[in-house]
Amino acid sequence: MYAQLVDTGTKRLKTLEEMSPEEREFQEKVDAEIKIEAKNWMPDGYRKTLIRQISQHAHSEIVGMLPEGNWVTRAPTLKRKLQLMAKIQDEAGHGLYLYSAMETLGADRDEEIQKLHDGKAKYSSIFNYPTLNWADMGAVGWLVDGAAIVNQVVLQRTSYGPYSRAMVRICKEESFHQRQGYQILLDMMREGTQEQKDMVQDAINRLWWPALMMFGPHDDESPNSQQSMVWKIKRKSNDELRQMFIDQTIPQLEFLGCTAPDPDLKWNEETGHYDFGDINWKEFYDVLKGDGPCNRERLATRRKAIDEGAWVREAAVAYAAKQKQRAAA
Amino acid sequence: MTEQQALQNYLLRLADSDMILGQRLCELCGKAPAVEEELALMNVALDLVGQARNWYEYAAELIDDGRDADKLCFLRDAHDYRNLLLVEQPNGDYAVTMARQFFFDVWHYFTMKSLENANDERIANIAAKAVKEATYHLRRSSEWVKRMGDGTEESHRRIQDAFDLLWRFTGELVTPDDTDHAMFKAGIGPDPEQLKKDWFGMVREVAAQATLTTGAEDAWMYMGGKKGVHTEHLGFILAEMQFLPRAYPDATTW
Repeated sequence: MYAQLVDTGTKRLKTLEEMSPEEREFQEKVDAEIKIEAKNWMPDGYRKTLIRQISQHAHSEIVGMLPEGNWVTRAPTLKRKLQLMAKIQDEAGHGLYLYSAMETLGADRDEEIQKLHDGKAKYSSIFNYPTLNWADMGAVGWLVDGAAIVNQVVLQRTSYGPYSRAMVRICKEESFHQRQGYQILLDMMREGTQEQKDMVQDAINRLWWPALMMFGPHDDESPNSQQSMVWKIKRKSNDELRQMFIDQTIPQLEFLGCTAPDPDLKWNEETGHYDFGDINWKEFYDVLKGDGPCNRERLATRRKAIDEGAWVREAAVAYAAKQKQRAAA
Repeated sequence: MTEQQALQNYLLRLADSDMILGQRLCELCGKAPAVEEELALMNVALDLVGQARNWYEYAAELIDDGRDADKLCFLRDAHDYRNLLLVEQPNGDYAVTMARQFFFDVWHYFTMKSLENANDERIANIAAKAVKEATYHLRRSSEWVKRMGDGTEESHRRIQDAFDLLWRFTGELVTPDDTDHAMFKAGIGPDPEQLKKDWFGMVREVAAQATLTTGAEDAWMYMGGKKGVHTEHLGFILAEMQFLPRAYPDATTW
């Protein structure tokens, strides 16, 4: 999931009786699964929540290029290099696409990016972890894109039309990335040397828990979930999504011949789901607050790119203005 | 030098220049001045590395000594690399990145245009695809040169500085050596005289529109890449790019 702890600005849900006629009409539409479009009336809180969520999602796509950029210059074969480059290109495309969806809500891309750089907006916690060996490129594709897909497949049914349609398109590409990531790991496990197999297990050990944290806090610790669910921005709870992810991932993990760094992980015959150990929530909140391994570096890199690129963007604007003037003359 | 040797040499030059420029662009991942540029840079890089792979594959078949495309790319040292010095120059600011791209794109475009008609079917096919990509690359870098040159005072200064900085590496693009002559004679490579005329013609035309000045055709030129004598930068590029295959020589699959 690329959006975590998105603030809805509401303390308590309103009943239909408490709503204004406009609000009630809006809620009835949402309840009837009719998509809300940019020009429709919507509660202020709904608009703001969506802007926060979609911008967080877009920022995540862009910041998420950095841990992959860390290895794209060192990809070991032409095939793997081309695959990784294509994946990164897709992510930049997703970022652009999501920023556009966000702008349909009246938000401004530059302002939202500024909020990110000022530390007022977030991106997914996962991208604050370092990528330390080549197998991380496989594990990121498999686990991180995999976790994102579990969330995004559900978001294809989100109530806001432009966001929902963006998800349909993005999901197709993400599942491709996930399969590619898994293939990297599978090839190394099947045909690789012991050193390569060790890389794979090491990558899984480091990224396993951060991937599970992508789904956000437990449902009872997620103050905004209820409102987001009523607005159908969110369609399934954090814990439900996390469980779905674990249930689908463990057979793939076993097929690889690898293990998860969780001694409590086991199949529960009664529930029909996997049980798993406690997430280190202190680490999760530390990373969200800025105290993760790479928070400072990731933000500094993004700030530097945008700050040092200011003159480039100004040149483009100045040139366009001159061209317009010339055309008018 | 036999025609066969010249051809292998020529293919490695094409491959290496594409590869090294693609590698330089990869370094910019997540660091471009705008999201649109992230997309475009990776797109251009992807085209170039894809073309490099095509040239390496053909070169590997002709060399036929057991090395495949990956081995040619990841297990040759700097003195065996045949790329133009221009493409190994550091990214610098975005003006340097774009000036480097523009000088290369003009050369690349005319070279691919010519190779499209090579009497070697394999080369003609690769070039036919590449020329479409090179056309887009050239349009894009020309536009940026114009935007920067005729944009703000600062952007004008930066792109002019970049032109001045990189001019000394452009001679190599249009100064033919034995391999280039042999390829022309064999009906494969472009006419060196025509390529030179086309390159200067287009560079000067775009520079004029961008209100920029270019160096002299007879200015001192720094050359050597085509015969494996490089600047100090290439060793570091290869150290990074070739790290995994060299650190894990026993690994046969990735």
